[in-house]
Amino acid sequence: MAASTDSLPRFAARKNALAVIYEWLGTADHKKIGLMYIVYALVFLVVMGVEAVLMRIQLAHANSSFLSPEVFNRLFTLHGTTGVFFVGMPILFGFGNYLVPLMIGARDMAYPRLNAFSFWMTAFGGLLLYASFFAGNSVAQAGIAPDVGWFAYAPLTATAFSPGHSTDYWNLALLVAGVGSISGGVNFIATILGLRCPGMTLSRMPLLVWMNLVMGGLVLVTISPLTAAQLMLLADRYLGAHFFDPQAGGSVVMWMHFFWIFGHPEVYVLIIPCFAFISEIVPVFSRKAIFGYPAMVAATTSIGFVSLGVWAHHLFTIGMPSYGNAFFVLTTMVVAVPTGIKIFNWLATMWGGRIRFATPMLFAVGFLFQFLIGGLTGIMLATAPFDWQLANSYFVVAHFHYVIVGGILFSIFAAFYYWFPKMTGRLLNETLGKWNFWILLVGFHLTFDTMYVPGLLGMPRRIYTYEAGRGWESWNLITSIGVIFQGVAVLIFVYNMVWSYLRGPLAGNDPWDAWTLEWATTSPPPEYNFAQTPAVRSRRPLWDIKHPEDPDSKYE
Amino acid sequence: MSATEANIPLGEAAWELPSRGKVGMGSLIVAESAIFTIFVVAYIFYIGKSLSGPTPREVLRVPIVGTICLLSSSFTMHWAIAALRKGRSGAFRAFWFLTFLLGAIFIGGTAIEWHHLIYQENFTIQTNLFGTTYYSLVGLHASHVIVGLIGLAVIMILAVLGKIRPEHTERCEVFSLYWHFVDAVWVVVFTTVYIVGR
Repeated sequence: MAASTDSLPRFAARKNALAVIYEWLGTADHKKIGLMYIVYALVFLVVMGVEAVLMRIQLAHANSSFLSPEVFNRLFTLHGTTGVFFVGMPILFGFGNYLVPLMIGARDMAYPRLNAFSFWMTAFGGLLLYASFFAGNSVAQAGIAPDVGWFAYAPLTATAFSPGHSTDYWNLALLVAGVGSISGGVNFIATILGLRCPGMTLSRMPLLVWMNLVMGGLVLVTISPLTAAQLMLLADRYLGAHFFDPQAGGSVVMWMHFFWIFGHPEVYVLIIPCFAFISEIVPVFSRKAIFGYPAMVAATTSIGFVSLGVWAHHLFTIGMPSYGNAFFVLTTMVVAVPTGIKIFNWLATMWGGRIRFATPMLFAVGFLFQFLIGGLTGIMLATAPFDWQLANSYFVVAHFHYVIVGGILFSIFAAFYYWFPKMTGRLLNETLGKWNFWILLVGFHLTFDTMYVPGLLGMPRRIYTYEAGRGWESWNLITSIGVIFQGVAVLIFVYNMVWSYLRGPLAGNDPWDAWTLEWATTSPPPEYNFAQTPAVRSRRPLWDIKHPEDPDSKYE
Repeated sequence: MSATEANIPLGEAAWELPSRGKVGMGSLIVAESAIFTIFVVAYIFYIGKSLSGPTPREVLRVPIVGTICLLSSSFTMHWAIAALRKGRSGAFRAFWFLTFLLGAIFIGGTAIEWHHLIYQENFTIQTNLFGTTYYSLVGLHASHVIVGLIGLAVIMILAVLGKIRPEHTERCEVFSLYWHFVDAVWVVVFTTVYIVGR
């Protein structure tokens, strides 16, 4: 009897493990898909981090021979491609997937099965990119992984210069992932416009939802040009077409235009969901409603529109008529206006608030300062003559890493610390969180503050080594040392996630005393999200419930 | 205002949202338009830049019949939906079949045109920049027509089986948006390839 009771649960548990795998692989639930996006992206975050570490070891001192030039080319190509397509996009799509239906009081996304399709396309795209390591080497000496850089300028991608199949893997991986992203964008828009709970007019939507709406719209018009350009490249490589073939009169500059028509708005696809995180976190930890809600919405949508007309600032050094230069200098600088409005609104939200410096808020404040500096160096680079001097130097590398790591990654950490309790039911450890923040902060500034200087001193990007005596060595060494701190911070974060998932204190429905609908349901939310469809009367429905004597709906 | 009052759901009747089907298809059309825009820009940029022949004027014949058929199919599609809304399923099936037929004539015309170009004129995607841009832009559009024809065929089979009822009007309408889009794109492609580029 005792034996049978012992074995029964074990048997049940084993059966459950299979059932659990089946449940996750076949799910169309927005929360599970969101979590799969996030976990998938975290795995690739580690992969791209390892690639960065290898490159920083190589560059830590002059005349290093740790990596061969060929391997270095593959590493920076994969690091960039992975970061944009298989870390940034999926992690933000994951949070959006998880949060948007909860915040608008919906049961799921508008098209749950299309949602699963989007995830698996993205997932297989990433696997396809890395499959090149195993299958890319069809021609001797051709290279086993893509080595054309993340923007893969023509004619380097032509079969004559990229023999073998490594470039095809890059091409097809992005094509596949692009289809996943576009269908994801369609889904976000249809969900947000079509599934809002009663009372949630557009002007009462949480800012996170608004910004994901803008992000979805941007995805439609930015990923599509990339898909078109990849189709052209595919035709060039497989059908013998001549789109980017100068020997048949084709233009390599056209690839640059098509790539950056995608490439620049793409950075807004990445940063706008981060604005969304900050716009939710800053008010909750300042104990004030967001300052200037309509201005935030207007700023976000205008960033979306203006971002479509700035791409050629990546081509200042290629040569354009002076009118072209002037136009793209101006449009690029115009982006700073709505972005500045946002920064002032976040500061004004904090101003006079009872600020709680919990870990999410620490990361949010870190984001504010670092994103500002990253943005300001962007303004510097937007000035055509300045760009003529510094394009393709480490100054550019420092600028976009300042935005991507200092801005995007910091806000993603903020989002993790803020919504992890909702997703798992357990709070992340605050002490470890503070260690995570401060060590990452030190590592970030060691690495990327110092990276501007060798750029100003003339160090070009993408070189695998450099000579001694140019004044670059100590800067590069400090940059590489900073990576150690960043690695430690990420390890603390991973440890914190695992430990808190198993042992962390229970969060309850609403650990931060927040105001948006996702905190009205249990942590983690049940599959159906809300037992009853909620109805809202203001931008902060939970405030109205907690403070019936003074609801927001009286003032909006 | 009391605590319970804040929790009372508002009347559902007053709450109308855009149809997610139409919003989704609209979004897809925006994305598709961006893809076509890139191909059209490439086409226009490469007009007259081929280093060798043939030129468009030497080999292209304007596909007037196909164009008339495809543009007419938008009208028959519209009438089919209108008939379905009124519950006239016979008229729906007839117009739907006509739409399919007109689309099939168009794609047949493209097939004949391509066969002529490839076998009589020896003109392929590899020949020159004109061939590259011509086959990719017209081919991109033709592939969209084929997808549309598959959709039309599926709905037609369902209609013949009696599975399409007036309550499916909105779904058919969402599909028809795609078909109208494919038609509208043809106007742009036709103008670019056979008028501006020739």
